[in-house]
Amino acid sequence: MAYSKKVLDHYEHPQNVGTLDNKKKEVGTGLVGAPECGDVMRLQIEVDPETQMIIDAKFKTFGCGSAIASSSLATEWLKGKSIDEALTIDNMDIVEELALPPVKIHCSVLAEDAIKAAIQDYRKKNNMPELVLEEKIVH
Amino acid sequence: MLKFPIYLDNSATTPMDPRVLDAMVPYYLDHFGNAASRNHPFGWEAEDAVDKAREQIAKLINCTEKEIIFTSGATEGDNLAIKGIYDMYARKGNHIITVTTEHKAVLDTCKHLEKLGAQITYLGVDSEGNIDLNELENAITDKTILVAIMYANNEVGTIHPIKKIAEITHKKGALLFTDATQAAGKISIDVERDGIDLMAFTAHKMYGPKGVGALYVRRKNPRVKVTAQMDGGGHERGMRSGTLNVPGIVGFGKACEIAMNEMDADAERLSKLRDKLDTALLSLEESYLNGNKNSRLPQLTNISFKYVEGEGLMMAFNQNIAVSSGSACTSASLEPSYVLKALGLGDDLAHSSLRFSLGRFSTEEQVDYTIEQVTKAVHKLREMSPLWEMFKEGIDLSTIEWAAH
Repeated sequence: MAYSKKVLDHYEHPQNVGTLDNKKKEVGTGLVGAPECGDVMRLQIEVDPETQMIIDAKFKTFGCGSAIASSSLATEWLKGKSIDEALTIDNMDIVEELALPPVKIHCSVLAEDAIKAAIQDYRKKNNMPELVLEEKIVH
Repeated sequence: MLKFPIYLDNSATTPMDPRVLDAMVPYYLDHFGNAASRNHPFGWEAEDAVDKAREQIAKLINCTEKEIIFTSGATEGDNLAIKGIYDMYARKGNHIITVTTEHKAVLDTCKHLEKLGAQITYLGVDSEGNIDLNELENAITDKTILVAIMYANNEVGTIHPIKKIAEITHKKGALLFTDATQAAGKISIDVERDGIDLMAFTAHKMYGPKGVGALYVRRKNPRVKVTAQMDGGGHERGMRSGTLNVPGIVGFGKACEIAMNEMDADAERLSKLRDKLDTALLSLEESYLNGNKNSRLPQLTNISFKYVEGEGLMMAFNQNIAVSSGSACTSASLEPSYVLKALGLGDDLAHSSLRFSLGRFSTEEQVDYTIEQVTKAVHKLREMSPLWEMFKEGIDLSTIEWAAH
């Protein structure tokens, strides 16, 4: 199976690889997946408490090229969005943007889960009400 | 000068040796006859060519020409041997013993027979892929008709002690079938010395053409027979019908002849290159060898690079270097290699494995380049890996509650 050009681009030049300081109140962390499943994604956001805008996003991913590309793309999309806008990112947007084949859709779901988990974590740290999220059963 | 892409996946298939192709070509164009045409020169030429190939093949494994049954490859050989013995020896018993790390062509054939009433024992292996010979001996009953154990494993290269396995098997009155797909032409096989009763092997793993293989079926001490699994013209002593693939068989014969002459030198050269690759890659932090270091195929190594995922790792260099991975990230089940799991590797290590298999045309320059590229890729992906970061911070990953998905 050949990779799409966009997956290759993200894989070769991943955007926003790194770690934010999780001790900071403004940082939310989402860690999803499991080593046994072959992919673990950690996505972090830093939010401006005044505006609720995401001012920075970083990721680290253990997984295949598509998982790495999905998380790299997610961090790009997150920056500059409010935490509410960020919730509207749908895994199918990632699938479309990266032209992921059906067997790789789970990578995009993981990225969406990671985004939501990061926002949830930020909200929890800042005493905001917990979000009720619908489960995406794709795995 | 390095030419790309570099091929280090010779356990999947080998390129043909040009000498093999040269031998085959005339049998497509001038000598195209059917080897079963007994009454004209076209048929005679084809038959002579097949006879010669039979000799070349028989010589490689020290059997007689009549003991070679041509097949389409090792999958067919595995099927014919196991199903053929099950049918032929039904009156004696219905019990077959095999191993969890066998190829799917053996395991799925056994599963198929299970549905038809066969009793199958699947022996486990230790962390290096070795079976326990006592366990084998204890598993054999008076209903056991066949022990099916591969000569060497395709994923990790572990070589089974076939001679000892044969002794145990025969002592208890069963037959021994071995799938020698990865071993034939790579290491010395002698069906007399080793005590093999049936053996499947194939041309395309030893620099011959795809689509042709052989099943060795012993004719003396004891005389073994398999029930044909395909009905037709009764070719190959009634055990495998179908017009013989003459050019393929000629190529297979030539490949065996070359292997006979060059196998030892190839093995010596390739094991040195493999050891160089091994030493360099195993010097990386948290990298682990899979298989039996002291009893494995000379041309193969399988290494897990902990905290990076195999397919993601391969992607860093697979435009230029072809290897394979135990990660099954693309499979629908997301299950990693069942062979590595049978060795007791956790799923995480199984997902992190790469298999490098060298071949006759591999060079030191290619190995050096591979070492450089793989090392670079492991570092790059670990920089990106949250698991690596946690490991470096001293976090025990097994204490984390992962969201199963």
